[in-house]
Amino acid sequence: MTLLAAPPAPPHAPPRGRRRRRLGDLVRYRWLFVLMLPGLVYFALFRFWPMWGARIAFKNYIPFLGIDGSEWVGLAHLREFLSNPDFPRLLENTLIVAGLSLFIAFPLTIVLALLLNELRLQILKRTVQTLVYIPHFLSWTVVVSITALLFAIGTGPLWTFFGWLFGTDANMLADPDWFRPLILMQEVWKNTGWGTIIFLAALAGVDQEQYEAAIIDGAGRWQRVWHITLPSIMPTIVVLLILQTGQILNTGFEQIYLMSNSLNRTVADVFDTYVYFAGIEQGAYSYATAVGLFKAIVGLVLIFGTNWLAKRFNQQGIF
Amino acid sequence: MASSTHKRFNTRAGRAFDVLNVVLLTGVGLLAILPFVYVLAGSFATELEITTRPFFLWPDDFTTTSYESILSSDVILRAFVTTVAVTVVGTLIQLGLTVLLAYPLSKVDLPGRRTVLSLVVFTMVFSAGMIPTFLVVKDLGLLDTYWSLILPAAINPFSLIIIKNFFQQLPSELEESAKIDGANELQVLRHVVIPLSKPVLATFALFYAVGIWNDYLSPLLYLSDTGKWTLQMILRQVTAAASLSADELNSDVPPPAQGIKFAVVIIATIPVLLAYPFLQKHFAKGMLIGSVKG
Repeated sequence: MTLLAAPPAPPHAPPRGRRRRRLGDLVRYRWLFVLMLPGLVYFALFRFWPMWGARIAFKNYIPFLGIDGSEWVGLAHLREFLSNPDFPRLLENTLIVAGLSLFIAFPLTIVLALLLNELRLQILKRTVQTLVYIPHFLSWTVVVSITALLFAIGTGPLWTFFGWLFGTDANMLADPDWFRPLILMQEVWKNTGWGTIIFLAALAGVDQEQYEAAIIDGAGRWQRVWHITLPSIMPTIVVLLILQTGQILNTGFEQIYLMSNSLNRTVADVFDTYVYFAGIEQGAYSYATAVGLFKAIVGLVLIFGTNWLAKRFNQQGIF
Repeated sequence: MASSTHKRFNTRAGRAFDVLNVVLLTGVGLLAILPFVYVLAGSFATELEITTRPFFLWPDDFTTTSYESILSSDVILRAFVTTVAVTVVGTLIQLGLTVLLAYPLSKVDLPGRRTVLSLVVFTMVFSAGMIPTFLVVKDLGLLDTYWSLILPAAINPFSLIIIKNFFQQLPSELEESAKIDGANELQVLRHVVIPLSKPVLATFALFYAVGIWNDYLSPLLYLSDTGKWTLQMILRQVTAAASLSADELNSDVPPPAQGIKFAVVIIATIPVLLAYPFLQKHFAKGMLIGSVKG
């Protein structure tokens, strides 16, 4: 996967007479610079200006005084957050949701891709692919609404089914015990199928002669999967693991927010929704920014950490 | 594809696995759409049928009451029209901005290219977060405007890099001959590069469109004026409520409490499902072209 890899070096001679070349470049590339301008303004305004504004995490930001006029308090907000009795609960909830995704949904994606790859009936393979990609394109609002209809107390088909299976008549949509299973079900339903695309693409690139050689050597089907198919998608698995690790504190705001209600808050609150409630609903801008920054920096450390680990184990990283 | 070129293996275990796999994957495929089919069937069912039959894929008693109730409600109709408009305009703006940045970045000897690319990649792994972005949108005076649904996420860094990679592997001879004929960069982009990239651009246009259509976070953050709410916000409002009165919906026809929820889900989904066949034709190809070539 070379999505983030360095581009091939230009086949030109190394720059000489730098200054003159630069001036000449500016003239030669003037149209390209003009074309770039709107995009650069976008990145400056909506991606980098917020990073500069994030310094309110270290201040007591009062909109009336402006960012520069507000009092500097250093790490006070971060300390307040880390010593907040809510913190352990938020961390636990966030890590459990991320863990379900990493240890259950992600392996399921790989299994589904491998099963699809073993399917010999091409028409069925294409049909199944078409069907399992669909839920990915539905919004979280739609997925959560469908969940609400399927689990509607007294009438929903899945409420009836699970109620019969587990002998319960709980309101699963509000019951804290059902929150995580529901989140996982939604995640698997919405994204497992779509996730297989990248593995199937990697599998399509596997040299067929390897399989033929293995067949001649008497390797069975399972051995071929284990010794050829799996190693050939290993780089893809590693890259996705690195990316997902960096996202571990990002639980997907929309899904959690839409699924949480006053009855399941104890297990539903995660960092993302906490930032929203503290910042937008209660107006504690500085405090909420500090929480968000904490999350982003942990994510950055994790992504570089796993990348480093991957390289140590002789896998291709993403940087 | 891998399996088609395999030699067939007719061991008993191999065949048993094949049969099992066919059954299993057929089941998986059905599971992917059955919930949606149930909602579709429910949207045409009577209130009585929804509350008494646990599961059905075809209503016994076919009715369009739920849809009639919605169509006579200004709130939902207005939200639908607004969302379509924001999606169309937004997609054009987002794709335009992405292409305009991707094209110069596809020129490997452009000065400053690596710096810009590094900054773009940096935004993929680090973002300032919800509140600072909200404050920027607020400072720019975009709160309660439709621009707030379009501009903050205008360029998706992943899409940008994939489109850039695609431009980069186009044969440079075509561009050069156009330049010899006196075309400037903008003309080359318009008359050479874009026509050659139609499938890829169509794919990303649809991704952007689906992104805007499905967006819930942006209207939640930026639109406090309920009169401006998009369809996803209304959908949430309708399905989260225990039941709705005709008054709340601003509708002449009293809404069936459950049925209307089914119908709103369908209305919020139909445009995406209509786009899906087009999307599906291209996305695997479009995405891979861009990401495989470096």
